[in-house]
Amino acid sequence: MNTIGALAGVVIKELYRRKDFYVLFVLTAVITIAAGSVRFFQDPNIVRYVKDLCLLLIWVSALLITIATAARQIPAERENRTIFPLLAKPVARGQVILGKFLGCWLASGAALAVFYLFFAVITGSREHDWPVLDYLQAFLLQWAMLGIVTAMTLLGSIVFAAPSSTVTILFVVVAGILFLGRHLNTVALHNAEPMRSIIYAIYFIIPHLELFDVRERVVNDWGLVNWLDCGLAALYAVAYTGLFLVLTWLAFRRKSLN
Amino acid sequence: MDAILRTENLCVEYRTLGLRGEIKPALRGLDLSVHPGEVFGFLGPNGAGKTTTINVMLGFIPPTRGTAYLFGIDVRQPIARQRIGYLPEMTYYYKFLTAEELLRFYARIFGIPRRDADRRIDRLLKLVELEPARKRLIRTYSKGMQQRVGLAQALINDPDLLILDEPTSGLDPLGRMKVREIIQRLKNDGKTVFFSSHELGEVETVCDRVAIINQGELKTQGRVDELVARHGANLEKVFLDIIGYQSQATI
Repeated sequence: MNTIGALAGVVIKELYRRKDFYVLFVLTAVITIAAGSVRFFQDPNIVRYVKDLCLLLIWVSALLITIATAARQIPAERENRTIFPLLAKPVARGQVILGKFLGCWLASGAALAVFYLFFAVITGSREHDWPVLDYLQAFLLQWAMLGIVTAMTLLGSIVFAAPSSTVTILFVVVAGILFLGRHLNTVALHNAEPMRSIIYAIYFIIPHLELFDVRERVVNDWGLVNWLDCGLAALYAVAYTGLFLVLTWLAFRRKSLN
Repeated sequence: MDAILRTENLCVEYRTLGLRGEIKPALRGLDLSVHPGEVFGFLGPNGAGKTTTINVMLGFIPPTRGTAYLFGIDVRQPIARQRIGYLPEMTYYYKFLTAEELLRFYARIFGIPRRDADRRIDRLLKLVELEPARKRLIRTYSKGMQQRVGLAQALINDPDLLILDEPTSGLDPLGRMKVREIIQRLKNDGKTVFFSSHELGEVETVCDRVAIINQGELKTQGRVDELVARHGANLEKVFLDIIGYQSQATI
């Protein structure tokens, strides 16, 4: 556990010493503040649009940070050859994978927490209402989803040649799942065999990341999701994260380091 | 006396790129043994298989055939590397960390308690003369300073066996002298040092025994003084004779 914790610590240090997070945070803040300061027809519901925009930016930024951070971890270790002094210590490749995962997930969680804090301050200052539990639930569900995305990205970083291709492919896949994932079974019904079975298979295999998206509930103040359902969603996330980490380990185990 | 480092019939083969994918042997049945407390020089021309041997011993690449052991444990087990220190030829460290952070990171990997780690970090940074720069990011260090950080990280676990891959390459004469002094000090402390080098004068000065390989094959292994006496020449001449080098003048 010491080794995994030490590796995770290095990933977190790397994130806060790089500029990615600060750039995205400043961009999100500027756009949200600019949108929040606009008043259309004195409409009191304008705050909902601000919330919608801010949450969308948070989702995009969090995905960018997570995918970009996770995609470069193992390729950078190999390219800069820091993997050699590391594996010359009593460290197994599985521990490297777990340490990198934990570091990326904790780092993305910390960045997400800052985004949600900013979101709470902005919306609270406009609505004079602080639905802390709603925000906490939205944060926890999104963070669980980022666990799956982190593990998927680590697997992609072993399979694909360069971090830039991993980032592009993963961003397209994640966006595809978020936008189309829930509709695949309907699409399957409108297709003939064997396409129908293929689309159904994809529908049942992919991790349904859209399950973790409660933006609409937060924007429209529909209240909390049942905490039991949140627990089940967390278990779903753990299962998929575990599966992707095992696949990553299997791919990395025999990978040449040069 | 049991060997600390041992290889038996070690063979590594690479498949070349291309449609045919020919098999190229990098190591051919290498048998090495390094005993506790000795400084062992591992010599060979470029491409002889020195780095491949070190890569197998550190578990970076699996052998095609044969076995390698550190402290009697198969090198494929991570625990075999608990009591070793490794200094790579080039500096490969996290440049966004400071020297102190890097050493703390490696100390954590070895499970060294925090108070003990603090003491070791202070001592090592003094030893490699990086005390004034301990809070600076490694990316701001000169090449010599980065090599010294490497030496400090290789010693963080107080290793019984130190594996050095061309430790003085790219260092100025002062840096070389410093590394040589440290190797000598480790030897006096009863540590075992295994290092590959092209600096034959240096090897002759500090090593007890050497092995010379060429094209993946072990050509000779023995005490430096005995080799020198047997050939009636210095180690450089011995080395050139063994690898079959003939100067233009002779030809």
